[in-house]
Amino acid sequence: MGELRQLSVFAENKPGRLEKITKVFADEGVNILAIYISSIGDYGVIKFIVDRTDQAYTSLKGKGFTVSLNEVLGIELEDRPGMLYEVVRALGKHAINVENVHVLVGESRNKAFLIVEVEDVKEAKERLKGENIRFY
Amino acid sequence: MIWDKKAECMTAKERESLQLGRLQAIVTYAYEKVPFYKKRFNSAKFKPSDIKTLADIKKIPFTEKADLREVYPFGMFAVPGTEIVEVHSSSGTTGTPVVVGYTRNDIDLWGEVVARALTMAGTTRGDLIQNGYGYGLFTGGLGVHYGAQKIGATVVPVSAGQTKRQIQIMADFGTTILTCTPSYALYLAEAIEEEGVAKKKIKLKAGVFGAEMWTERMRQEIERRLKLDALNIYGLTEIIGPGVAQECMDKTGSHIAEDHFYPEIISPETLEPLPEGEKGELVLTTLTREGMPVIRFRTKDITSLKKGQCPCGRTLVKMDRVTGRSDDMLKVRGVIVFPSKIEKALLSVKGIEPHYQIYVTRPHHLDEVEVKVEVSKKVFSDEIKHLEELRKKLEKAIDEAIGLRVKVTLVEPKSLPRSEGKAKRVFDQRQL
Repeated sequence: MGELRQLSVFAENKPGRLEKITKVFADEGVNILAIYISSIGDYGVIKFIVDRTDQAYTSLKGKGFTVSLNEVLGIELEDRPGMLYEVVRALGKHAINVENVHVLVGESRNKAFLIVEVEDVKEAKERLKGENIRFY
Repeated sequence: MIWDKKAECMTAKERESLQLGRLQAIVTYAYEKVPFYKKRFNSAKFKPSDIKTLADIKKIPFTEKADLREVYPFGMFAVPGTEIVEVHSSSGTTGTPVVVGYTRNDIDLWGEVVARALTMAGTTRGDLIQNGYGYGLFTGGLGVHYGAQKIGATVVPVSAGQTKRQIQIMADFGTTILTCTPSYALYLAEAIEEEGVAKKKIKLKAGVFGAEMWTERMRQEIERRLKLDALNIYGLTEIIGPGVAQECMDKTGSHIAEDHFYPEIISPETLEPLPEGEKGELVLTTLTREGMPVIRFRTKDITSLKKGQCPCGRTLVKMDRVTGRSDDMLKVRGVIVFPSKIEKALLSVKGIEPHYQIYVTRPHHLDEVEVKVEVSKKVFSDEIKHLEELRKKLEKAIDEAIGLRVKVTLVEPKSLPRSEGKAKRVFDQRQL
């Protein structure tokens, strides 16, 4: 059971912003595993899960981006009908408030991870202990 | 520490008699030597001999920036070119530049008033001054330079810009006094933090910051981040350059070198002198300039004056922070808005840094104000929800300060230009 960390980058809603950010990754040889964009009006927050998180974080910061690093909950999803339902039901049962959700597909394509942003990852894991849930 | 005790600490009576004598002399001198003044005084039916008391100064017509432009380049000079040893010029960003000429005595005077200013910030011969004001036609660089030379401090003429080099010099040379614009001081603080320079390598004691408006909040921010006393210096090219006024360690206003630059506060609307303590436009008269006397110059800077003895020992009148410009005062939907009030409101929200721009537009026959604010690391949240809360909080703070709904837009850090000279923060795009 490892720690899954996510980078959040502030970006103005203008053409070329994503290009600028991903160029940093490309130049540094950082592999993007998952991406999620939430935007409102003139700006947004772009979230990444990457293979070399610390390296990506330092590079972005060095290039002057406003970036933060947070731990998120990664819940394993098997590739079968009903899987997401089971997971979400478990979250609801334990009153875990979900701020944001997106999906990370595993290397084999047999497995995917539901990336769940919660306030307190440790506490969420603790509450979900009894459930048949596997974490990243 | 006081550079010129006699001049800076004389009694009000002594000073008034000195000022009156100098005023009578300079008005006569300007009338006789500069055709512009002869014409202007004559058409206003003013004679230099009308000056019997200091209060009579209000009988003299004003001089405005436009007048100085009209006689571009040397029309305001009172001496032949052979006596002029140096010229400076305003940037000309808002029109024809204004050219200012100095005689040898003027340069000496300039050094004296800046030496007073630097001494107010605690500068002695043992100090190392990193002069980050631009050298060249801009008066900031050389003005500070001459003052530093008078004192005998070590001056590093690094000029504006080249942030990496500035930091390297600061750390390696052990700079104790920093002179630059306040916004650049903040930018340097940011860069020092980012470069991870060891705190003990920075030996700054005081900063002499000017050439643009700033607020008390900005002072606190600079002082906290650079660990120095941040003091305001005031000046303008038309009068001499920096050194017209300077804050002492009391930090309650800038002492005007009023034995050389006579200040008045007038109402920008009625143009009548206002009583002491009231806020209005600062008007300055050079009492001792030879090369280019400037009589009753409308600075357009909004401030107030406070007389009396300062805890620092000086008796020189103090001017409050410049809180706006009578010509840069915006009228938005009929409401008078001073950009400094918007800045104050922004800085009242924790974590916000003073990097912002104000845009005024009129998209549908109605004025709209947009304030662009950089999102610093300190206020960034990975949740859009929290960023939206921040945005609304800023809008509310500005609304409360100026009584107007504005649109706040969050922009990426460092996307707004940092100034090395005067920061341009207001963009009126209404084409009125």
